[in-house]
Amino acid sequence: MNASGHTAEELRLISKEIRKDIIRSLAGAGSGHTGGSLGLADVFSCLYFGIMNHRPDEPGWPGRDRMILSIGHVAPALYASLAQAGYFPREELLSLRKLGSRLQGHPGRDHGLPGLELSAGSLGQGLSVAVGMAMAAKMDGRKYHIFSIHGDGELQEGSIWEAAMSASQYKLENLTALIDRNGLQIDGSTEKVMRLEPLADKWTSFGWHVIHCDGHDHGDIINAYDEAKITKGKPSVIIAKTIMGKGVRKIENHHGWHGRCPTPEEAEIFVKEIDGMND
Amino acid sequence: MRMMNEDFNNKGDRPTKNGFGEGLAEAGRRNKNLIALGADITGSVGMDHFASRFPERFFSLGIAEQNCIGVASGMALSGKIPVFATYGVFAALRTTDFIRISVCYNDLHVIIGGAHAGISVGPDGATHQALEDIAVMRVLPHMTVISPCDATQTRLALLAAVEQVNGPVYLRFGRAPVPDFTDEKLAFEVGKAQTLKDGNDISVIATGHLVWEALEAAKILANKGISARIINMHTIKPIDKDAILRSARECGAIITAEEHQITGGLGSAVAELIVKKYPVPMQMIGMPDCFGESGQPEELMDKYGMRARNIVAAAEKLLKDKR
Repeated sequence: MNASGHTAEELRLISKEIRKDIIRSLAGAGSGHTGGSLGLADVFSCLYFGIMNHRPDEPGWPGRDRMILSIGHVAPALYASLAQAGYFPREELLSLRKLGSRLQGHPGRDHGLPGLELSAGSLGQGLSVAVGMAMAAKMDGRKYHIFSIHGDGELQEGSIWEAAMSASQYKLENLTALIDRNGLQIDGSTEKVMRLEPLADKWTSFGWHVIHCDGHDHGDIINAYDEAKITKGKPSVIIAKTIMGKGVRKIENHHGWHGRCPTPEEAEIFVKEIDGMND
Repeated sequence: MRMMNEDFNNKGDRPTKNGFGEGLAEAGRRNKNLIALGADITGSVGMDHFASRFPERFFSLGIAEQNCIGVASGMALSGKIPVFATYGVFAALRTTDFIRISVCYNDLHVIIGGAHAGISVGPDGATHQALEDIAVMRVLPHMTVISPCDATQTRLALLAAVEQVNGPVYLRFGRAPVPDFTDEKLAFEVGKAQTLKDGNDISVIATGHLVWEALEAAKILANKGISARIINMHTIKPIDKDAILRSARECGAIITAEEHQITGGLGSAVAELIVKKYPVPMQMIGMPDCFGESGQPEELMDKYGMRARNIVAAAEKLLKDKR
């Protein structure tokens, strides 16, 4: 049982709902990023239903923890989680990527979606924004925490390391970044496209506290965030080992599904498969 | 539109960056939420007064301009008013995508100071001469682009960027000492051009320290019997359409002058408007689609034709086209 009262079993069930909504919204949209969105469903359920201090009925509550999604292309996972948490009706998920929708292909605050902290989609920018938020919170003595989510391929952007340097320079213990370590990017394996390992050593050498977790084990994810929140004097990074497309065998570990979405027929099959997920 | 027919006198040459530094310190005194972010060249861009007076609100982020823009966005999202300044080439151009997405798409009140703008930065040469920054900044949605004419006005412009604007601002200023001729009582209103001298044969719409060259040109033209209107277009976006259209209607010919590429900057902004509403013959003073080079500021201004005499020559040519 975690602080918000959800057991790991309950978080698992919430993750299933998030995954099904991801599939349904993407099938409705006819385009979008399926693999990364499914792969982060467990992390999102832990954040919004276990870790974060937030009020879906008061999205602008000044004391809320901030969630900065640096990889805007997994917006379907964020939207499904926000809807599941009650920020807006779940039916609205079917408007994803459609003209006039609040659910833009990559998050856009100008469309007024409640719970959305940042318009983002150009990789390598979110960590800097999270650093600025953490610095401001620290200046003002505010207790809220900043959570950011990054792709592993995104770490190839040099600006990430500019931000990483500044976070440890300013001892931003109120900042926790999570890396979606699925090992894949559009052109293939991250290690073939542009090697990231030894990844933990990179972050350690930049002055961060590094935590590893299984990105599909809810207890493990919660423990990782709990450890990050009590770490003092430095920012924390969670390297979450994930499977791109987790929950749908046809998509799992298939980088071809980075940027494609299911047809309505596929969606029906995938939703049934997710319903039958046991772990 | 401000109207005045007085002579302006140079109170002494001063770098416009001094005005930026004074304005920043004053804005910091007035507003506790004002934050300054530096990228290693704090003193060089005039942020040192603020940094020494308000050390708890000054953050050094090293030579990492993209991160500075992102951090500024995070601070703005948290209720702060961040001011980030470095050389214009880096402030506006190295960081463009960060400014486009993290600042402009989020419509955040982040003030970006573009220092050492224009060719007058001199001996450092082409790499450090910001000549494309106005063009790039002014096409970004939500962005306000300000280019004040002297040090006194740069101080007021920074205060206006903090107090009159709610979204992104790019504020451009320079290093070379240039005539400081405006009075601090000359109110600065973002988006409202200042007609510094009235006239009806031709209108010279200038920005930055070329406004002084335009005033000098007006005196020479007056001796030749040509009445030139001189407009200080200190805000390039949103541009003062009324001032431009009145120039077109009442003078029938327009010269623009800027220390910037002639493509994409003030000249283009003026042309975009009048071509739709009231086309008149135009001449544009600026860099002719080329890089600058090393030299003393005065030498470069001469070589690239940004002097009063160049404005006079353009006016004489234009008056022939007009008739």
